[in-house]
Amino acid sequence: MSAQEMIGASVLIRALLDQGVDVVFGYPGGAVLPIYDELFKQNALRHILVRHEQAAVHAAEGYARSTGKVGVVLVTSGPGATNAVTGLTDALMDSIPIVCLTGQVPTHLIGNDAFQEADTTGITRPCTKHNYLVKNVGDLGRVVHEAFHVARSGRPGPVVIDLPKDVLQAKASYAGAPSAAARKHRSYNPPVKGDPKQIDAAIELLAKAKKPLFYCGGGVINSGPAASQLLKQFVKLTGFPCTLTLMGLGAYPATDPQFLGMLGMHGLYEANWAMHECDVMVAVGARFDDRVTGKVSAFAPHSKKIHIDIDPSSINKNVRVDIPIVGDVGHVLEDMIKVWKAKQVQPDAKALASWWKQIEEWRGRNCLRFKNSESIIKPQYALQRLYAAIKDKDVYVTTEVGQHQMWAAQFLKFEQPNRWLTSGGLGTMGYGLPAAIGAQIAHPDALVIDVAGEASILMNIQELSTACQYKLPVKVFIMNNQWMGMVRQWQELLHGGRYSESYTDSLPDFVKLADAFGGVGLRIEKPGDLDGAIAEMIKLRRTVVVDCRIDQTENCFPMIPSGAAHNEMLLGPEDHAKPVSEEGMVLV
Amino acid sequence: MAEPQKIERHTISVLVDNEPGILARVVGLFSGRGYNIESLTVAEVDAQRHLSRITIVTSGTVMIIEQIKAQLGRLVPVHRVSDLTSEGPSLERELALIKVRGTGEKRVESLRIADIFRARVVDSTIESFVFEMTGSTDKLNAFINLMQPLGLVDVSRTGVAAIARGPEAL
Repeated sequence: MSAQEMIGASVLIRALLDQGVDVVFGYPGGAVLPIYDELFKQNALRHILVRHEQAAVHAAEGYARSTGKVGVVLVTSGPGATNAVTGLTDALMDSIPIVCLTGQVPTHLIGNDAFQEADTTGITRPCTKHNYLVKNVGDLGRVVHEAFHVARSGRPGPVVIDLPKDVLQAKASYAGAPSAAARKHRSYNPPVKGDPKQIDAAIELLAKAKKPLFYCGGGVINSGPAASQLLKQFVKLTGFPCTLTLMGLGAYPATDPQFLGMLGMHGLYEANWAMHECDVMVAVGARFDDRVTGKVSAFAPHSKKIHIDIDPSSINKNVRVDIPIVGDVGHVLEDMIKVWKAKQVQPDAKALASWWKQIEEWRGRNCLRFKNSESIIKPQYALQRLYAAIKDKDVYVTTEVGQHQMWAAQFLKFEQPNRWLTSGGLGTMGYGLPAAIGAQIAHPDALVIDVAGEASILMNIQELSTACQYKLPVKVFIMNNQWMGMVRQWQELLHGGRYSESYTDSLPDFVKLADAFGGVGLRIEKPGDLDGAIAEMIKLRRTVVVDCRIDQTENCFPMIPSGAAHNEMLLGPEDHAKPVSEEGMVLV
Repeated sequence: MAEPQKIERHTISVLVDNEPGILARVVGLFSGRGYNIESLTVAEVDAQRHLSRITIVTSGTVMIIEQIKAQLGRLVPVHRVSDLTSEGPSLERELALIKVRGTGEKRVESLRIADIFRARVVDSTIESFVFEMTGSTDKLNAFINLMQPLGLVDVSRTGVAAIARGPEAL
């Protein structure tokens, strides 16, 4: 071996380090042993051993979402790769930058149904932004650098690099990270700046608006913290109201009076009504998801729409817009502010005042109100107490998927981006605990809480072992109602209360379970015990599982029933919806 | 303004890196998102730069066709997407090999019609012909329909290859 020559696995580690990677979430196996051997010989790159490959991807997502950096995953061939598929799909749907390294059988065995062989590039093609099968060790360094570029640029997403074992052991020289010029890809060059003509047209439309609204999503967060600052600046400059999607929470400060709260299926009354009634909508890094639009034909029927998105395929996908602006949210917002200032735009103050008056009336409905109880813990109350205890802390919140997730989105308020980590597009139960682990690895001193349901948490409960191994003080706050709450809610509203398979019998004792893994378990059964237990949970610098026994029958409101429009929200159990249409019954 | 619900037929040219899996990426995109493929052809067109050209004939509403182009453009190995139907005049050709089996009057008639359509005989036995024919999809369809009662037994078609008229490259 000449001085520069090394084996593929070593090239891989060098390239990862050149990309600034400091941690990899993974699980070893036969096909990736050469990489694990190289990991063993060095200390610059930290490996976090998860207990299931799905969790490795979610942990990398938690790391990526909370830092804005690319999350890195390392799994073996066959089952290692197939187990990662759910996480990859989750990252694709929510546009999270991930590079996932998968082992593969040696090139001469590909296609032979070899032990632990799977067609990984075939399987992951529809659930990644891009994928590679490296057949020549000489390509490895270049592919790794290209993969990071693809994962983080444009609309971010997961990228898989499939690595046959013989390639990992073959010898090659490593050329180092490519220069900026060499990094220019021959076919992949996502747009950054928006078209100035479109920006001018957008500002003109906004200047004349009488009932304007900002509707912003995860794209603002993906564009980096500066984009959130610019959004705040622009919203303040205009005096317009702003609503955020589930993915966008934190992109605009939640306690600011111009914030209307989250919109969508379980969004706030004022946010959804404002969407329905607005005359000019500025969609910023949001994709008109079905959870947001409700019935598309009745979506914001009187509005002109401006849509800022880095992904041209997001434009006009679900909803036709009037002024599309393809570009990075941060760059476009910066240009919009400049044009707004240069034109010295004076919005119609009188119209705006009456628009705000209308919004205040909607706000006055106080749509998140709930009937509290002295004997039973209402989930909303539990989250209010949790919020009171964490709001001034350096906190990151992850969630699982279901009722608890929607309540958390409604009752926890985020002032900054990258603090709220939830599975939005794919809706992956089992996301929260591994994501919390990833966030805690990235922010060792922060308070990281997984707001969970007792059903979701069981989907990746094995990760308590990971949390305890690395002494991560992750808090799992289980809102335990013994039901798959959202399933039960839909069965109640749509299927005549026939609760088919949505009750979980034989739940584990979560306190003992925490203990068994080496963490601490706490149980809360009375509303009066919430504050004390939450304080105890925060104080403990250990992995804590809180089993918070909540009202079994509480439903999540407000709610737009499937197939309904924004102005047909249900505010609580006393609201009787029109029977759900046939069209609505087939919606998810 | 085009009618939003009208189904239109579009021919789309896509210039891609000729790398393993690229066709699967394109085809998977169409099946995964429920788009139609009426015809698809692919071949390397620039051996030095390893570029292939894919020609897809698809149909959908204006919004769907727009989505198809945006989704194709998003694939990493895609260099260029061009909608030949909406971006000015273009040419479309397809090649077909058509086998007709028969004797006597039917055999003579097939040869006579082939002559009218300017199809060439590329193989012959005493009871069969293989015709080679190039033309638009409609012309090929018309010829094949006429061959049906005359003993049509086998058809192989290339699918549509298309190019823009005028001096500009894709």
